[in-house]
Amino acid sequence: THTHSHPHTHTLTHTRSHTDIISTVEFNYSGELLATGDKGGRVVIFQHEQESKNRPHLRGEYNVYSTFQSHEPEFDYLKSLEIEEKINKIRWLPQQNAAHFLLSTNDKTIKLWKISERDKRAEGYNLKDEDGRLRDPFRITSLRVPVLMPMDLMVEASPRRIFANAHTYHINSISVNSDHETYLSADDLRINLWHLEITDRSFNIVDIKPANMEELTEVITAAECHPHQCNVFVYSSSKGTIRLCDMRAAALCDRHSKFFEEPEDPSSRSFFSEIISSISDVKFSHSGRYMMTRDYLSVKVWDLNMENRPVETYQVHEYLRSKLCSLYENDCIFDKFECCWNGGDSAIMTGSYNNFFRMFDRNTRRDITLEASRESSKPRATLKPRKVSTGGKRKKDEISVDSLDFNKKILHTAWHPKDNVIAVAATNNLYIFQDKIN
Amino acid sequence: RDSELGRTRMGTGSHCTEIQDTVISPEKAEEAKLKARYPNLGNKPGGSDLLRKRLQKGQKYFDSGDYNMAKAKIKNKQLPTAAPEKTEITGDHIPTPQDLPQRKPSLVASKLAG
Repeated sequence: THTHSHPHTHTLTHTRSHTDIISTVEFNYSGELLATGDKGGRVVIFQHEQESKNRPHLRGEYNVYSTFQSHEPEFDYLKSLEIEEKINKIRWLPQQNAAHFLLSTNDKTIKLWKISERDKRAEGYNLKDEDGRLRDPFRITSLRVPVLMPMDLMVEASPRRIFANAHTYHINSISVNSDHETYLSADDLRINLWHLEITDRSFNIVDIKPANMEELTEVITAAECHPHQCNVFVYSSSKGTIRLCDMRAAALCDRHSKFFEEPEDPSSRSFFSEIISSISDVKFSHSGRYMMTRDYLSVKVWDLNMENRPVETYQVHEYLRSKLCSLYENDCIFDKFECCWNGGDSAIMTGSYNNFFRMFDRNTRRDITLEASRESSKPRATLKPRKVSTGGKRKKDEISVDSLDFNKKILHTAWHPKDNVIAVAATNNLYIFQDKIN
Repeated sequence: RDSELGRTRMGTGSHCTEIQDTVISPEKAEEAKLKARYPNLGNKPGGSDLLRKRLQKGQKYFDSGDYNMAKAKIKNKQLPTAAPEKTEITGDHIPTPQDLPQRKPSLVASKLAG
């Protein structure tokens, strides 16, 4: 069996580039569809093609299925505020019928999109001819019943709900509840609970805005619903803490049920400590027993039953600790990396700089660094592990820390819910890697 | 060349002095570097200034009066560009017409799908 941290047998499917930077990547529940959102407000959905008969040793590829403009740039004249069209997050709804539904959000507005297929067209209308021109009603002497005829497959996306005007601050997360009826949206200071059918109302369930903004000490950075317990959700903060809340306990969940924080050695505290402890992403494991958090230098796995420290800590790029001054000056220290679990919760993945991404096997404790770039890998080739040299002597094929390109950041990655297929967004390119089947 | 090692001389009573190596953590060394470059940097790093700047992302304070004043100034002379400061809070800087980004039209199709 293959462990995920030893991808000697990966193949690469490379797709063409966006004109804009990819800002979110998400598989749907079956893994058949992969959605990307970009800085230009567009959503592109890829579909997994069935394995071809010619090449049965390869899984099918992902090809473009649908593309649409989800959000447009806006200007709030009252507050003199520019609202970017950048898609911050996409979350799929579980599939209940032939159509697919997803939520997409920018800083202010969440939209529910329906993606449906049309492969039949009605022909033989009475009031209009085949071109669509209206027929003269006085010339119609008989009635006919329109007939459904097959046509080339058309995939249509239509906005079914628009959830607007509920967030004063910038939305960083949306998460569909396991009840499949509600979802939460979180901005820097508040979290709202919505019903998917109702757009003119939402419940505020967390509000950490202080009465006096001068007293502001932390903001909400991410939030997620528990995968099975529909009353439970978590949110992370810029101070490196996670709060678990129970919606059965109170209508307003300002008081947490559990508080997760790793104790810090006060003597090691520096100017950068709080900034690098800020959690950029929080994800429950599929089992619902663990959650994972990403801060600037590491990924931590927490057992929901243990609040005082994580059960596992993985260093993503510890060599950056001695570069924090420059990373603060070029703002890279504020980069928000995401993280994800594989389907079986045995491996985790997160991105880094220089188009590197890291995978950790929780069982063997082995890790690997790979690169997502056209220069380093040809399609159908196996990925070669990469190494950053930290000591004085740099070995051949290693890259020194000072040679890393900090403009090539991998912030968004996604793992197929069942298979060994991963999607990696490198600025405006999307890479899909899969295990070769022996 | 930055070194992680600092050396201090420590006296031990009336006898000969000892030279002891102390290791400064890489993080603290970086902090010292930053404070050397920006002596005015506030002492509350994760504090309200940084957070409030984050909350105000996208805010362009202007009204038509400021806008027209700034436009008139540009015609007469070049405005000096403000040096980027880490402690600057949005709202103290009045944007000029040059500073406001052009509102770009949304692209119809993604090349990825093309």
